[in-house]
Amino acid sequence: MPLTTYRDALNQALREEMRRDPEVFLMGEEVGVYQGAYKVSRGLLEEFGPNRVVDTPITELGFTGVGVGAAMVGLRPIIEVMTWNFALLALDQIVNAAAKMRYMSGGQVGVPMVIRGPGGAALQLAGQHSQAFEAYYAHIPGLKVVAPATPYDAKGLLKSAIRDDDPVIFIEGEMLYNLKGEVPEEEYLVPIGQAEVKRAGDQVTLVCHSKTVAVALKAAEELVGLGVEAEVVDLRTIRPLDTATIFASVRKTHRCVVIEEGWPFAGVGAQTVDEIQRELFDELDAPVLRVTGADVPMPYNKYLERAAKADPPKVVAAVKKVMYLE
Amino acid sequence: MAAPAKSRKADVATAERYRQYLRQMLLIRRFEEKAGEAYSLGKIGGFCHLYIGQEAVAVGTIAQLRPGDYITCSYREHGHALARGISARTAMAELFGKAAGCSKGKGGSMHLFDASLGFLGGHGIVGGHIPLTAGMAFAIKYRGGDEVAVCYFGEAAANNGAFHEALNMAGLWKLPAIFICENNRYGMGTALDRASATYNISERGSAYDMTREIVDGQDLLEVMAAMERAVVRARRPSSPTLLEIRTYRFMGHSMSDPIHGHYRTKEEVEAHRKRDPIHLWSEKLMADGLMTAESYAAMDAEVVAEVQDAYDFADQAPDPEPSELYSDVYAPTGNGER
Repeated sequence: MPLTTYRDALNQALREEMRRDPEVFLMGEEVGVYQGAYKVSRGLLEEFGPNRVVDTPITELGFTGVGVGAAMVGLRPIIEVMTWNFALLALDQIVNAAAKMRYMSGGQVGVPMVIRGPGGAALQLAGQHSQAFEAYYAHIPGLKVVAPATPYDAKGLLKSAIRDDDPVIFIEGEMLYNLKGEVPEEEYLVPIGQAEVKRAGDQVTLVCHSKTVAVALKAAEELVGLGVEAEVVDLRTIRPLDTATIFASVRKTHRCVVIEEGWPFAGVGAQTVDEIQRELFDELDAPVLRVTGADVPMPYNKYLERAAKADPPKVVAAVKKVMYLE
Repeated sequence: MAAPAKSRKADVATAERYRQYLRQMLLIRRFEEKAGEAYSLGKIGGFCHLYIGQEAVAVGTIAQLRPGDYITCSYREHGHALARGISARTAMAELFGKAAGCSKGKGGSMHLFDASLGFLGGHGIVGGHIPLTAGMAFAIKYRGGDEVAVCYFGEAAANNGAFHEALNMAGLWKLPAIFICENNRYGMGTALDRASATYNISERGSAYDMTREIVDGQDLLEVMAAMERAVVRARRPSSPTLLEIRTYRFMGHSMSDPIHGHYRTKEEVEAHRKRDPIHLWSEKLMADGLMTAESYAAMDAEVVAEVQDAYDFADQAPDPEPSELYSDVYAPTGNGER
């Protein structure tokens, strides 16, 4: 299988789906002439032309609303946000329009659209450019939320998201775009709503998604030195949450640490822990612990920033606690 | 000398159309009066914003549209829904929250929908639906069609970022959109001159290279003429229009707001009531010999009966099944259900 970057895997997904369905178009800031702020849309303007690869003014509320309106009459927009930080300006269109249209129209008007772009912290971008918003969107009924960790999943999930009949919040990792992984040449889809065991183990479950999958895998390697075999469950989709895969793993390991990049309060981990305690209370040998981003706006200083992020040592420390190793 | 047969036939057709416009305006008026009554009886919940006084805007503009065109509105949309052809029964049933309502009782007064008529919603966030309409117009142009997308909003929404962002893109991309600002002078209780740095909303079109007009919203023919021009511009080759249609709401902002209150005087409301669009139009029809006091009374009685029938239908209709709570959140084809 060829090695492909996460960025190029996304590009392949866009290209294949735009070839497959003429009602699919890409819209956002710098997606065309500039070739994408992160080059995800490289070459698409040349292949599909300006009618289907549409550069917009810097007006997130406006062009996200244009996407919702186009989707309401059956087109399949892919709206690129330069980062999810900027999509806060479009929150009304996402929450009040996209997420509710089907329900408040009594099922008449759906919104088959994808809103995609990078989320989470990169390096030293400070408070307004370093936020992980999965939990915000996962809170909203009517939305689906996807956050892939690998090139394979990024391509397969983006293709599924574009074919989905509901609005899909597709959160990419800014620090993942250069990540290489195996991506088959033949077509495939990764279904929305299915987690995947990225590493098998039987003593502790590490639940993670997006960038924290690499954090969990690194921690799992270190834990081998302590004689601990960790199972790494990559959620891949945050909503709908694949509780079956989580439960199957925790039934086996009886211990769990949930890792996420975002803030702790009402985070993805909070929901995950709630599901686990309600379903598997008697299976647990220790309280489920969480590793999250620090509960602060992201600082600029690189040492403070490092301290604010979920990292392998924090995961190892949490695992030691749930294993009662200290 | 007798007129040629062809033009006599056209005159007959025009007269009939003119009477139908009156009937539509009357239907909206009687429907809204009944809705106000039902609200007071607790049959309608939530917020309920009546359209009384503005009827000529919805009727005169929608008269110029074709099937296939798209309409979005603010939450003061009962009149537009009726003018587009949603039945009084299904509209009233929606206000009552019943399963037979046009949005299955899940939308209510602020969210009337009928996709088969291109009626894509009352929307509850001021200005939020203006970009949606630009998106529908984008889709029309994307597909090479000659339909138009029409958006109704109040003058208070023209101070909102969504308005400016949407109009900029519509002007930039020459979208087949018609933005109809129903300037009824008040955003809830805040008068236009207390909320806007400039008085003429229409001039905001100039910032976006958009044709704009100020229209007397109480004069049906003037509304129709302005809308006809806008539709011609929009159909092909497409270009957008901003119509500022000046009108007046005779009732409070919503059912919880008295007719005048602290923000306007009784005298002001009374003065505007003298230019009731229904009276102006019926007087014109009578002056032109197209209607008599008797035929007007008969039409009104027929409309009152239609509204009473809608009320009875809505009152007796069943509530949605409890299972409806969890349907329509996601598409049945999707995998969103947990």
